[in-house]
Amino acid sequence: MISMEFLVASGIGFVVACGIYLLLRGRSFTVVLGLSLLGYAVNVFIFAMGRLWSGAPPIIEGSGPFADPLPQALVLTAIVIGFATTGFVIELALRSGHENGSDHVDGRERRDEDPAP
Amino acid sequence: MIEAFWTQLPVLPVLLPSITAIGLLLLGDHGGDSHGGHGHRHLLWARRIALGSGLVGLLLATLLLRQAAAGELMVYRVGEWPAPYGIVLVVDRLGAMMLVLTSLVALPVLWYATGGWDSRGRYFHALFQFQLMGLHGAFITGDLFNLFVFFEVLLIASYALMLHGQGKERLRVGLHYVVLNLAASSLFLIGVALLYAKTGTLNFADLALRVPQVAAPDAMLVQAGALLLLVVFGFKAALAPLSMWLPATYAASCAPVAALFAIMTKVGVYAIIRVHGVVFGADAGASALVAASLLLPLALVTSVIGTLGALAARTLERLVAWLTVASVGTVLIAIGLYSGDSWAAALYYMVNSTLVVAGLFLLAELVAAQRGDAAGQLVPASPVAQPTLLGLMLLLAAASAAGLPPLPGFIGKLMLLEAALPHPWLATVWTVVLGVGFFTLVGLARAGSILFWHVRPDMPGTPSGASPKLLGATFALLTATVAMSVFADPLHRYSQAAAAQLVDREAYARAVLGPQGLATDTARPYRFDAAAPAPGGAASSGAPR
Repeated sequence: MISMEFLVASGIGFVVACGIYLLLRGRSFTVVLGLSLLGYAVNVFIFAMGRLWSGAPPIIEGSGPFADPLPQALVLTAIVIGFATTGFVIELALRSGHENGSDHVDGRERRDEDPAP
Repeated sequence: MIEAFWTQLPVLPVLLPSITAIGLLLLGDHGGDSHGGHGHRHLLWARRIALGSGLVGLLLATLLLRQAAAGELMVYRVGEWPAPYGIVLVVDRLGAMMLVLTSLVALPVLWYATGGWDSRGRYFHALFQFQLMGLHGAFITGDLFNLFVFFEVLLIASYALMLHGQGKERLRVGLHYVVLNLAASSLFLIGVALLYAKTGTLNFADLALRVPQVAAPDAMLVQAGALLLLVVFGFKAALAPLSMWLPATYAASCAPVAALFAIMTKVGVYAIIRVHGVVFGADAGASALVAASLLLPLALVTSVIGTLGALAARTLERLVAWLTVASVGTVLIAIGLYSGDSWAAALYYMVNSTLVVAGLFLLAELVAAQRGDAAGQLVPASPVAQPTLLGLMLLLAAASAAGLPPLPGFIGKLMLLEAALPHPWLATVWTVVLGVGFFTLVGLARAGSILFWHVRPDMPGTPSGASPKLLGATFALLTATVAMSVFADPLHRYSQAAAAQLVDREAYARAVLGPQGLATDTARPYRFDAAAPAPGGAASSGAPR
């Protein structure tokens, strides 16, 4: 049986790979998508760094096992910040696209590249 | 009342700009109404509030500096939570010095911005205060995750400030800047999470105690985390090969923003000192000096690239931006030498180069504004309206940037060269530092001779000179560097004491964690199945008893 650790680790790896692929594209829309995917993967990664627990509360109750609450607090902060910056970068990409007349990240189409279909 | 003020003092540099910024947001924007109307009065009030808050900030920073100079470590526990669990703010000599430097750069820049730039976009003053809040917080926080949060605060403010004034070029470069920084933030979080996973703490003092205890196989993960953090801080500091974003970004920003950004690269440098200098310093056990073998070569390359860029620059703004890269390289060379003397040199030179670069950014715009259509391009064009004044200011800045005696750039580089004497890379360091100084001077001399001597009187210029306010702000920054020369001796002693204080990890841990700090243990749930199945018993793989 596949362990939970293996599933989470390979899942994070796959999402990071997709995120980096999208991040390296030339259109600002895909770049923003890539950044969001990277952000999700990082959030799960932080969460997993408190080790994976099932059925353990994140508070100390007597002597029972408890999940580490700190990564959960950290990940909440990271989610909030990531949400705000994603909102900002979407707006910025839109403005840049309008002003420059192209949604290429360099603000202009490359000559040797076909325009987007 | 007085008692309460002194105990709350360390948190005030963070609170003051945030409250001011919120107040400025409530006050509202000028709404494009730049003369006479209702919006104009808003702008005037915003200027007064921002400048007043900046002055109070400088006063607070000076008070903290005086306390820190006596050797006191001021620890502020946010919400009275005990140290490794809650967030702490720690003001030591380095932190206090960076606070004063931030205020010294911010005040003249703010004054310059009130000369017109703040009316060319929305909410300039509020954003400026948020940026100051992030900078102040980053310089005094004693917690790695809190450092991330303050990084984000200053970055979000910087995204908006960088776009201030708008226009195609700013939006195009701004998108690159924002995307690169967001990617770097992801790496920051991964590095922080890796460190947390193996040490169970993010407090700098606690980390410094626990990193040495991480033994061989686990130390690999901690080192990976540390090197990821080096990528992030190196990116902010413009360490090669991650420095290519800086010239375009800084050259595209408006002058006061670029001048303020001169201190943003120093946030990266500061974080490298804190994390890779102290936490992963010589005493860090299996992870000792993990960044040392990378930092020095990369810093040397940064210096060389910065100087080559300055020589090849086609506009004055780009020239100054490349000089920023070169100066960061010099500071990081001194940090990469990993000795008390070289760190003292790094701190002294960092203060000087920040002031000079900020002054140069303002000066570049003053010159560009008087050259008609040619603006900042380094091509022969109409003569400037105030050749003597601007020329002398450029000469002063150039001499300090290149390191000519008796200006502080020279003193800082001399300290660096002296500190490099016992190091095996002596020849390389001397060659690069001296070569960079010489070619910086060549680059600035080339720019100066084109701007002031190689003129074409037939082209239409700008008849009027710059306003006294703009000149005064620029002059204030350049005078501050001259003052650094006059007070070189106390500043040198201060930076040496600051470097010595950084290496003293025990005193830092005692101040932050309390006298029993070394023995306390963080109760992490996953440790008791690994060590002993003692229910409720705290982890056994903790600090030495």
